[in-house]
Amino acid sequence: MGEELLTIDHLHTSFKRGTKYYDAVDDVSLKIHKDEILAIVGESGCGKTTLAKSIIGLHDLKRTKISGHIGFENQELVGASPEKFDKLRGSEMGMIFQDPLAALNPLMRIEDQIQEVLDYHTDYSKSKKHKIVLELLDQVGLENPERVARQFPHELSGGMRQRIIIAIAIACKPELIIADEPTTALDVTIQAQILDLLRSIQAQNHAGIILITHDLGVVADTADEVVVMYAGQVVERGSVSQIFNHPLHPYTRSLLKSIPQADRAGDRLYAIEGSVPPLTKMPHDGCRFAPRIPWVPESAHEKKPTMHEPEKGHFVLCTCYQTFEFENGEVV
Amino acid sequence: MSLVEVKDLKVHYPIRSGFFNRIHDYVYAVDGVNFEIEPGQTYGLIGETGSGKTTIGRSIIGLEKITSGKILFDGHDVSTKKERNALHYNRDVQMIFQDSLSSLNPKKRIYDIIAEPLRNFEKLSDTEEKHRVRELLDTVGLGDDDLFKYPFEFSGGQRQRIGVARAISTNPKLVIADEPVSALDLSVQAQVLNYMQEIQKQFNISYLFISHDLGVVRHMCDSMAIMHRGRFVELGTRDDIYNHPQHIYTKRLLAAIPDVNVDERDAHRKHRKEVEKVFDTEQSRYYDKNGRVLPLQKVSETHSVALPEDQVKGE
Repeated sequence: MGEELLTIDHLHTSFKRGTKYYDAVDDVSLKIHKDEILAIVGESGCGKTTLAKSIIGLHDLKRTKISGHIGFENQELVGASPEKFDKLRGSEMGMIFQDPLAALNPLMRIEDQIQEVLDYHTDYSKSKKHKIVLELLDQVGLENPERVARQFPHELSGGMRQRIIIAIAIACKPELIIADEPTTALDVTIQAQILDLLRSIQAQNHAGIILITHDLGVVADTADEVVVMYAGQVVERGSVSQIFNHPLHPYTRSLLKSIPQADRAGDRLYAIEGSVPPLTKMPHDGCRFAPRIPWVPESAHEKKPTMHEPEKGHFVLCTCYQTFEFENGEVV
Repeated sequence: MSLVEVKDLKVHYPIRSGFFNRIHDYVYAVDGVNFEIEPGQTYGLIGETGSGKTTIGRSIIGLEKITSGKILFDGHDVSTKKERNALHYNRDVQMIFQDSLSSLNPKKRIYDIIAEPLRNFEKLSDTEEKHRVRELLDTVGLGDDDLFKYPFEFSGGQRQRIGVARAISTNPKLVIADEPVSALDLSVQAQVLNYMQEIQKQFNISYLFISHDLGVVRHMCDSMAIMHRGRFVELGTRDDIYNHPQHIYTKRLLAAIPDVNVDERDAHRKHRKEVEKVFDTEQSRYYDKNGRVLPLQKVSETHSVALPEDQVKGE
């Protein structure tokens, strides 16, 4: 594991709804190191993307309040000026988005789109930039880079477009890459290729990658460290083998249990009751997962849930994990 | 007798170009597929984007004009609109769509959305209608207080369940579910799949389950077909496909599913790379000169694979 790259401490990101502010990210603390893939998992509405946008400074500050601390290479990012973010984004932080077609400009050739980043952050000569573009296209595994460079986004397939997005993200060799659901819109075979590509880029550039996804299979396949988010909070965090082999928090255990299994095909699937509460109805006190496991007595939860560290490097929120069992008494 | 029989179905789209907009080629979206769905069965159609799986679903329900071939429903030909109308076909075959928000009218209340098919096909009095809608909402786990809400007031999983309730309101014999859970989160996906299975048992409905998610299909379907480039590469039972895949494309798809077993992920990755390599080198043997999938060969009573001929004899 490399040196520390990004430290987040007690981060709160709240959105204005009417006259009040509501916490979409509530007291999140985490660290990412160089040479590490950190996965953030959770259902939609759990604050994964909000967290990523807070790191990279994409929130509209008129309607959003961010407090806490985000440290990136001895710089404080909470409250940093837009100019500072302009310098960081693209050069030291790269972002990969979910929908590659929406993230590319339909009227620009691929070469120009990749060059844009280089134009902004470097003062290389034209021929050097052209060379870099071709190298990048080759690095992301596209055959015939010369040809692809002259094409437009609509001429490429979904997997190829996602490779272009990755090429743009890594153009300036950023230290940190944030990938927000990079494979959700892709077929499984393409997904496997893109995940391989992300891993190989990380190995070459020694970057840290934050992988945001709701697909537990992708996490198990790719991540080194895992953060599980529920309703804006980190409920569990640990290494990938800790999370998948010894999950502690009821939410993590329920999620793993609801994956369709090969040996139980056709049986009733385990479904978590209810749904993630909307932002404006988020409970303030107590364990936020409690309403979805109503059979667990109130005394099992903490009044004000705190982080526990039952084994080294493995953190879990609230005490309900200690006594939790599924309704039918199964322990998974 | 099987409920649905699809015989040599072809759907080709013309590609027009040039000054007179002449047809100069076709897109072979679906190019000669055969399969049968038994009553009360869930049949899975698996394929990647652009493989033609949705086109098959749309042809069966009549949203797509078929180029050639036959679709038999309960023994009657339903390939053209005239024949479908004579049969109450629109009542017996319903559809669940992938995007639950865009498939529900945003200006209608849930009550009217679910009652719409009833008003089309059944003459019910107001009280009967209300009773029936309540019953339907109850089967998908929604309550009376949801009756007069609008679609935007529900979460994705609830909306998909409303889609299910609407599809079963006319007591259909066949429901075509086109990627019903791919827009949903894991925990919500489980809810919707459970309701679909319960409803199937209760009303003896057949499903045509179209999906790209091999894990979900394995869970839901007893028999299935894998599609590639508009044709079937392999069809068989769950056991045939998942435990004894024979076509390189099926093997490649199965190897690409990420495994949740963390301890063996390196081995899994290595296996995937090997399969990928075999796919690249042997591809020419499994597809003909034009890239078409070879004709299916029967390898067992339930299992057919598009294998090159020499390989069938070898095994």
